[in-house]
Amino acid sequence: MVRHLIVSLCLAGLALIFAALVLGYAPDAALNRTALWYAENVAKDVGSQNVVTAIVVTWRGLDTLGEVTVLFLTAAIVGLILAPGHRPVDAPANDLPPTGELLQTGSRLLVPLILLAGVYVFVNGHLTPGGGFQGGAILASAALLLLLADPRHRFAHRTIETVEAVSGIAYVLLGLAGLAFAGGFLDNRFLPLGRFGDLASAGAIPVIYTLIGLKVGAEFASMLASLSEREGP
Amino acid sequence: MVTIALVAGFALILAGLYGALTNRNILRMIVSFTVADTGVNVVLVTVGWMPGRTAPILDAAVPVAEAAQRIIDPLPQALVLTAIVIGLGVTALMLAYAWRLFGATGSLDISKFTELKW
Amino acid sequence: MSLLLPAMALLLAVAMLAAAILTVVTRSLPLAILAAGAVSLFASVLFLLLAAPDVAMTEAAIGSGLTTFLFFFVLARVGAGNDG
Repeated sequence: MVRHLIVSLCLAGLALIFAALVLGYAPDAALNRTALWYAENVAKDVGSQNVVTAIVVTWRGLDTLGEVTVLFLTAAIVGLILAPGHRPVDAPANDLPPTGELLQTGSRLLVPLILLAGVYVFVNGHLTPGGGFQGGAILASAALLLLLADPRHRFAHRTIETVEAVSGIAYVLLGLAGLAFAGGFLDNRFLPLGRFGDLASAGAIPVIYTLIGLKVGAEFASMLASLSEREGP
Repeated sequence: MVTIALVAGFALILAGLYGALTNRNILRMIVSFTVADTGVNVVLVTVGWMPGRTAPILDAAVPVAEAAQRIIDPLPQALVLTAIVIGLGVTALMLAYAWRLFGATGSLDISKFTELKW
Repeated sequence: MSLLLPAMALLLAVAMLAAAILTVVTRSLPLAILAAGAVSLFASVLFLLLAAPDVAMTEAAIGSGLTTFLFFFVLARVGAGNDG
């Protein structure tokens, strides 16, 4: 009880600080200088319709490389922690009730559609809201649906690991190609910028986002697979 | 509207912190951390909003020539995108550790883990 | 139209806060996990009202989809009997 009281007092102090922040805040009337530069130069410099995509992939592309690295580390550590204790292949399937005809048939219809939706989202990342991370999460939810329909589904680990490794290496190689053929590391202009608004525009952004989407989807799917295949505590 | 969103975000942070500090079950603490994480993201996106302007996508609705007058600040959105994905990674890591802790000691109560106390 | 957006934001904020309080005080762990997923879902719609469609998609897919599933996965393996 004393602990609850002390925690409430500390949080009340924090709430006072937050209240001061809220009362003293008014939204800007015009874009600040960084955002103004981004808004004015996105069409001719990067060629992407989605300004957030242009920031994430090219202007702040190094942060995205760091994020992809952190995700890779997370998936690797989760796989390492949960490695021992794999369920044997011929384990008796007696303790789980069957998941139902509707779910199994429906998942067979829906999984290709979900994969298609995920691929659409990251291929069109420079034209509409979307991009590699959203598309990767949608790809992982296809794996999730497979797990829900059949809790003993065994994933093709080699395929997932190969996709993840190849996408990661290709992403860094594209960054180095930007260094060799265009302005700097992860510059997207070594492929032609094309016409503003086309699918094949914005240089290397569709390719980079495709690689990021595949890598993120493979990573989340392998995290789910590690969790599902570890047999109990 | 900005005030409403800011207050909601800060209140989520406070609720998440309260849950993380007063619960003893590890899984409950992780759930509260997730709520606090969502609150932080709401506050960050709210700071980038400007009245009378629209999303930073230059399609048929926002022509390129008037982009600088019609779109909101795109930078907080790019930062929050990264933050959400990393938040999921950290949650997955915390859950993996909680699983192994339960396997090693058979309990999820954090007051039972006293090996590091003097 | 100018009053509609703040009204929707207010409704979403109230629903988000109710779900967050439910997460913290409830006795049952599956309900807490579901309420955290509901917080993420309402936050995703709030992001849409704040003119951030990219962030809304990411939060909906990752926050309320994958996170809830991860929690229920681990909960099923660990057992909800340990309440604190």
